[in-house]
Amino acid sequence: MIIGIVACQKLLPKAPPDNELLDGPVEGLSYEENRRFLAGDVAFNDEIFTSQTGLGSIFVATSCGSCHAGDGKGHPFTTLTRFGQIDSSGNQFLNLGGPQLQNRALPGYTPERIPAGATFSQFTPPANTGLGFLELVSDADILLMADPNDTNGDGISGVPNYENLPSFVTPFSFAIPRNGKYIHRFGKKAAAYNLLHQTVNAYNQDIGITSIFQPKDVYTGLNIDPEVSDVTVHNVVFYLQTLKAPIQRNQSDVEVVQGKNIFIQTGCENCHKQTLNTGFSTIAALSNKTFHPYTDLLLHDMGPGLDDGYTEGSAKTFEWRTPPLWGLGLSPKSQGGQYFLMHDGRAKSIEEAILLHGGEAQQSKQRFQQLSAQERNNLIQFLKSL
Amino acid sequence: MRLFISSLTFIFFSSTAVAQVDPALLRRTVKDTSGLLLNMDAVYTRPFLQLGKLPVALGGYAEANYQYLQQDGVSEGHQFQMRRLTLFVSSSISKRIKFLSEIEFEDGTKEINIEFASVDFEFAPLLNMRGGIVMNPIGAFNQNHDGPKWEFIDRPVSATQMLPATWSNVGFGVFGKKYTKDWVYAYEAYLTNGFDDKIIDNAENKTFLPASKENKNRFEESFNGSPLFTGKIAVKNRKIGELGLSYMGGIYNKYQDDGLQLDIKRRVNIYAIDFNTTLPKINTFINAEWAWVNVDVPETYTEQFGRKQQGGFIDFVQPVIEKPVFGFEKSVINAALRIEYVDWNKGKFKSTGDNISDELFSIIPAISWRPTAQTVIRLNYRYNWQKDILGNPAAKLAGFQFGVSTYF
Repeated sequence: MIIGIVACQKLLPKAPPDNELLDGPVEGLSYEENRRFLAGDVAFNDEIFTSQTGLGSIFVATSCGSCHAGDGKGHPFTTLTRFGQIDSSGNQFLNLGGPQLQNRALPGYTPERIPAGATFSQFTPPANTGLGFLELVSDADILLMADPNDTNGDGISGVPNYENLPSFVTPFSFAIPRNGKYIHRFGKKAAAYNLLHQTVNAYNQDIGITSIFQPKDVYTGLNIDPEVSDVTVHNVVFYLQTLKAPIQRNQSDVEVVQGKNIFIQTGCENCHKQTLNTGFSTIAALSNKTFHPYTDLLLHDMGPGLDDGYTEGSAKTFEWRTPPLWGLGLSPKSQGGQYFLMHDGRAKSIEEAILLHGGEAQQSKQRFQQLSAQERNNLIQFLKSL
Repeated sequence: MRLFISSLTFIFFSSTAVAQVDPALLRRTVKDTSGLLLNMDAVYTRPFLQLGKLPVALGGYAEANYQYLQQDGVSEGHQFQMRRLTLFVSSSISKRIKFLSEIEFEDGTKEINIEFASVDFEFAPLLNMRGGIVMNPIGAFNQNHDGPKWEFIDRPVSATQMLPATWSNVGFGVFGKKYTKDWVYAYEAYLTNGFDDKIIDNAENKTFLPASKENKNRFEESFNGSPLFTGKIAVKNRKIGELGLSYMGGIYNKYQDDGLQLDIKRRVNIYAIDFNTTLPKINTFINAEWAWVNVDVPETYTEQFGRKQQGGFIDFVQPVIEKPVFGFEKSVINAALRIEYVDWNKGKFKSTGDNISDELFSIIPAISWRPTAQTVIRLNYRYNWQKDILGNPAAKLAGFQFGVSTYF
């Protein structure tokens, strides 16, 4: 019978092509690393928190996977709301539940509300893929892309977000601090230093889960016992580090090739840098690699239309970190068949997202508007191929 | 040494002799051939064995299977499973007082449950009282779920992953039947312990009534002190078939404790309809069940947990070969098909107004061979499409299952 079943393999659902999926490990992990990846995968995607295991009492989501279906971009259903202030003096509302609004609550509890006087912004959860590569871009490389005074006159003046490190984070060996502050690179405002920082904050602020790294309970404001083990946190960090980078599709198609040229000609690539490099990593599969995320990890002025009046770290309210464009074409597969783009998901198509660009991207947007219909289509096809 | 071996031999043969029972003393309980049996009669229409004139009858069933399933190219490989071993004990305490119990071992000994253990008092055909651990009569599957009766290895998803079959609780109730020439009318009504907070606070990340089965204390104390009502009416015509309408509902949350108010009272309401018939001439058996679940989920809780659910299944079983096979005189080979659907979260996202998904559709063609009515060997092919809450592309699961199930 087993032979018969093997012969019936054609009746079993095949795996989608690798380039159609965002999840899955980077190639070249060792057996031991595969085990850690799987442990992190289970913690990230399968572990659902309940009141018994520490959920809340106020929260946004019940698991990591709730916000990142298939490790892709999130849906407005789990959009986060951050609140604070308009200047870069640091969040003035931390003692009033900041920086994140826990808009849901266990039965019998009341969700948090934005305190009077606070400004806020909404953040759609980003995709998780390829984060390990981005984590290993050296500060020197990031600073090479920065041009705060626009010395080359291209209208682009990206700056890193310098912030203080939380006590549980160890600086990278390649760190280039300034006045005791370090370049942060993850998040819409580049307010997270590394994936440990991001993971610990997400457990705490999104799910209401305390850890040895962040013991403060979001509901009571008191330090309590860890609700997730440090091993689990490290496994999730390892999982995020070793998720593969999205694989481009149809890259030889004429439209895609032409669209890529237009992408460069219109100046999109001035911020959405095609190619970056990793430094040394103890994870051989990530060490000294060249990759293509289409980001410079820097903050840019995106104009008044995208100024929500809220900021984090040294970022201005109108500054946003360049989001990586890799995986963009697969977004509808994690966003319920639709696009929810830009920091808060307000753009329902790639074209709409381009047209929402302002500030430093104003010139590129105008070039896009001057393209013929065919050229626009080619550019969109290229972006969908990422 | 020789003495030791002789002693062992003596013990072996003497114990064997004691263990043997004259088959003439074992008798099957009398089978009802009226054609007017209802799903509610299932607990008593099992094949029991009775020893001589002892007032106790024994029975049970077992289910074991092999499966190879694959989801989107990934398989857990070849799996052999002992899904269930169930033991029945019934006793006629007097002519109109009966006791029946059902103890089930699931997945080896991973779960051991008393599924049914009640005393029935017959005052009149229209008025019987039942007390103990009863199976809440919601839908038909919960009442009539014995493995050997089904051509499918998996139980219906709507019955076990939306409704909580097998779902039993401690309580009391009444039931009765009224027969006419071609018709039988029946009712059941029970008050039992019920659900708990876990139905919206569980590791399934969805409103999940079966989560309350984790609460073993429900056989000892009510979670919130509010009884769960379950009621069913059923009607059957000898030629048309059986139709059942059922309701189960009550407060599920702990709204007060130690005299202090913790929350408002929140209800769960479940409605079900079931129908079965056998088409004349071609003998196609059709069995269907559909249910709706409404749960009062707090507005401030996550939309991950649905306020409304619905789902059901329909089975078609067609006897295709009815003749002796391998010496089994009453052998029957059936072709069967199950179609099932569950929507665990029927509603719209507040943020977008789009439909919330979280649904499953599956189709299961099957072939079964019944060498006797009480034993089934079955081969199933299963294909599932399951969408997450956002409605992203469905995860596809398919595979083959082969298994046996028999009363003993």
